[in-house]
Amino acid sequence: MIDFSSINSTIDSYLHSVLPAQVATLVECAIIAVCAIVAYLAFAIVMIFMERKVCAAFQCRLGPTRVGFWGLLQVFADVFKMLIKEIIDIKNSDWALYTLAPFLVIMSSIITFSCLPFDNGLQVLDFNIGVFFIMAASSFGVLGILLAGWSSNNKFAMIGAIRSGGQMISYELSMSLCILTLVVLSGTMQVSEIVEMQRGGWFIIRGHIPAVIAFIIYLIAGNAETNRAPFDLPEAESELTAGFHTEYSGMGFGFFYVAEFMNMFIIAGIASTLFLGGWTPFYIPGLEGFNEAMEWIPGFVWFLGKTLFVVWLLMWVRWTFPRLRIDQVLVLEWKYLVPIGLLNLLIMTVCVVMGWTL
Amino acid sequence: MSFLNNTYIGNILSAIGSLATGMKVTLCEFFTRKVTECYPENRKTQHIAERHRAILRMPHDEEGKNKCIACGLCQQACPNGTITITTRSVTDEETGKSRKVLAEYRYDLGSCMFCQLCVNACPKGAIEFSNEFENAVFDRSKLIMKLNK
Repeated sequence: MIDFSSINSTIDSYLHSVLPAQVATLVECAIIAVCAIVAYLAFAIVMIFMERKVCAAFQCRLGPTRVGFWGLLQVFADVFKMLIKEIIDIKNSDWALYTLAPFLVIMSSIITFSCLPFDNGLQVLDFNIGVFFIMAASSFGVLGILLAGWSSNNKFAMIGAIRSGGQMISYELSMSLCILTLVVLSGTMQVSEIVEMQRGGWFIIRGHIPAVIAFIIYLIAGNAETNRAPFDLPEAESELTAGFHTEYSGMGFGFFYVAEFMNMFIIAGIASTLFLGGWTPFYIPGLEGFNEAMEWIPGFVWFLGKTLFVVWLLMWVRWTFPRLRIDQVLVLEWKYLVPIGLLNLLIMTVCVVMGWTL
Repeated sequence: MSFLNNTYIGNILSAIGSLATGMKVTLCEFFTRKVTECYPENRKTQHIAERHRAILRMPHDEEGKNKCIACGLCQQACPNGTITITTRSVTDEETGKSRKVLAEYRYDLGSCMFCQLCVNACPKGAIEFSNEFENAVFDRSKLIMKLNK
């Protein structure tokens, strides 16, 4: 296993040796910001391409095959098309908020993205209330969506934004309950420690029944958080044209689009961190040779493999079920997921207290 | 488990069951052979549905004869006036009576809407739709063709 924290500290001590302390910190921040944004965009490209291919496969199609080999350049063509589109000034829109909204959405997404542990030490933000911070940072994206709907001065956008607000605030609850369930099991909120603890066994195995229930509820709530079908009410095409981003064109729309895909990646990343062991390899107790072979696979490969698998699960659901009605969405959350989540939290607590975990 | 019908727990269980059914269907679909035809590349092997209607044809046998009796039913059946039949009379050698035969069967692909009413109207099965679909041309006059030989 490569330990990235040693590489980080090497770079850190080198910068401190050639630069004054404050400048060195500033340069480090700039380097990290550039790395995080580049990684963000790179994964966005991967996600959009994966979405197109997986969606096609679920619909018995091949997906894009013309642009580049196997359609690999399709996403670049899409982005280029979006860049050359005109950015329209909407009459009577609240210009400042209208311009701000996409940046709020993408900012919340990037902050949450930088909390993901890609490998040992390969993590931007890691502190003792990490999981708590992820929940807080991911939930202020809804503010951007509400602002987008409000400032567009468009009834479709407004209804979409209100729906989005109601839905995201509701589902935040059961998502947090699932994360709490795992915090009860791990006993810590620091992301790196949570991952480190799963070296002995992934939490979905160690927490057995309550962990599996929490995993499923987490995926449902996560799907709703990202505004994807069957919970895509905020942008229900058939009723609301495009919901909260109806009035956006060019890269304004592009930001919402990228943020939606990256939120899915982040949801999957958190799921793989909390439930599937993050970057820790899969071990079978007793099989030494197997465990050693698993050890040879680098941590970020494990993390990305697990994350993309969870993304695939989310896409599978997205291309299977039809859209719910708004009252059905809220009934599902408040009458089913929250009570089950609370009960599940109780079961997990009892299991941990009685020592029934594996 | 009938005592659970329409109860809270029963609803959850039946919902999970029906959702799982749906997900099973799409999972099977994910792994089946894809139906997309990569058209220009697979020209040699492509499969066009047998009943696809691409162009009207009049089959001829080895002697170059067709089954058309020039009755004009297809011309009357066509909603678009795509078919124009010209006839000429010939005198039958045995009976000495004159009868109509087909002179020219003119078909305008440009105005055909492929409804198949002409084929259905034909009492002799003289015309049929074939699935040769690469009919694009640069000049509209080339779409008007004579079907009989």
